[in-house]
Amino acid sequence: MHWTRPFDSIGSGVLSAFGALGVFFGFAAESVRSLADVGTWGPLLVLHMRRIGVDSIPIALFLSTFTGIVLALQASYTFTGAIPLYFVGTLVGKTMILELGPVLTGLALSGRVGANIAAELGTMRVSEQIDALETMAYNPVAYLVVPRILAAILMFPIIVAFGNTLGITAGWITSINVLDMSTEQFVHGLQLFYKPFDITYSMIKATSFGFVIALIGCFQGFHTQGGAEGVGVATTRAVVISGMLILVLDAFWAFTLLQ
Amino acid sequence: MSIELIDIHKAFGPKRILRGVSLTVDEGETVSLVGFSGAGKSVTLKHIAGLLKPDRGTVVVDGLDVPTLSRKDLYVLRLQMGYVFQFAALFDSMTIAENLAMGLRKLEGMSEHDIRDRIKESLDRVELEGFENRYPAELSGGQRKRAGLARAIAYRPKYLLYDEPTSGLDPVTTTVIDRLIMRMKEDLGVTSLVITHDMGSAYKISDRIAMLYEGRVVEVGTPADIQASGSKVVRGFVEGKPEMVEEGAEEQGLSA
Repeated sequence: MHWTRPFDSIGSGVLSAFGALGVFFGFAAESVRSLADVGTWGPLLVLHMRRIGVDSIPIALFLSTFTGIVLALQASYTFTGAIPLYFVGTLVGKTMILELGPVLTGLALSGRVGANIAAELGTMRVSEQIDALETMAYNPVAYLVVPRILAAILMFPIIVAFGNTLGITAGWITSINVLDMSTEQFVHGLQLFYKPFDITYSMIKATSFGFVIALIGCFQGFHTQGGAEGVGVATTRAVVISGMLILVLDAFWAFTLLQ
Repeated sequence: MSIELIDIHKAFGPKRILRGVSLTVDEGETVSLVGFSGAGKSVTLKHIAGLLKPDRGTVVVDGLDVPTLSRKDLYVLRLQMGYVFQFAALFDSMTIAENLAMGLRKLEGMSEHDIRDRIKESLDRVELEGFENRYPAELSGGQRKRAGLARAIAYRPKYLLYDEPTSGLDPVTTTVIDRLIMRMKEDLGVTSLVITHDMGSAYKISDRIAMLYEGRVVEVGTPADIQASGSKVVRGFVEGKPEMVEEGAEEQGLSA
């Protein structure tokens, strides 16, 4: 083996990573440029808001309900005697709004929404439907990508807001029925360290997660290669990459907005 | 109103697919591009529609240099071209009528009434009357191909590009599609390039046939010229004799 061989491999790996990043940023830039083509994406926006947003609400509500119940029970288990019980309300509210509401919903929807977008666009790519759009003078990014990304950006904060509300409600119902707390105690705890910025923070996170899930799903679907196997690979990648980016963004927002 | 491919080169990574394709399709003419699977026939067609850009060489359609067109001009030109995909590429979430309406909605001055009329007329042409509200999944292979053709002709293009219109079809349906291709030429006067490896179809529908081999056009002629060709590559392909093709390729210096 020639002594330069390992460096060749590293070099080609770095080049291919930069190449892939270039393609990704080119795609993101094309998506921004295609915003100008309102006539193409405008009529599709409401349809995708329903498919991405409204249809995702049941799963988000299911998740938030059980998260709220568990948070209340775990808080009471942790506080036993040492900390006043009304702090259960504080913990449920803060944790739902700041962290678990947006992050758990984001992770669940990266599976539901991200995988769905990647599989749909991937199938369209391998069956030449995207080429067919082009031959009929449609900008496929304006037709397929822009309305999905905008719908996710607009609907994710609404889904998370519903989820936060239901999670806190579930925590409250659990507290008054199981933990022998009163509504006044729970609400007192809830209000104790509440800041209006908490809601803003939660919505910023939800918006960014929606953007990332839709963008990654569209990118992976749009660049699918091969047949059914390629669609499977694109779908898996969309879920894994958007899940990872959600966690990275979660840390990023905590560093930048909570310090 | 012609299609000119001028010395087109195209590679995907290290794989050189086209190595100097040159071919002209004159106004009102139907030319079939034949060749082995993987010879680059579909890649050639995608260059004409501007779906791919050549690494070298150019494509001129309607006097316009396709690779250098702005997106806006390319979209205007694309509405002059109908593209019939190998597997129809119908939008499976839409009905057949909605599929046909897609291209029509891009045309200036078409009212909803005009669009409905044009959809009906296009489906009648391919003998799919009453299929407006069906979904692609409810159609047979031949019906899907015909629906794909109806979508391509709905906006009355000057050019029709067919990618393997008869592949995977039974002989009777193949004949039906061949007749439709000939009728499109007679009725609409379109200039057509047909990608196929079905020589029976190529003889029937073509004014001229071009053979693509190892990324180059190695012979162009009328169906009679091709049948009487002295090239071993062409004869070997037409007669299905791989040894003859290999021998001819070596003699003519065409091997990769």
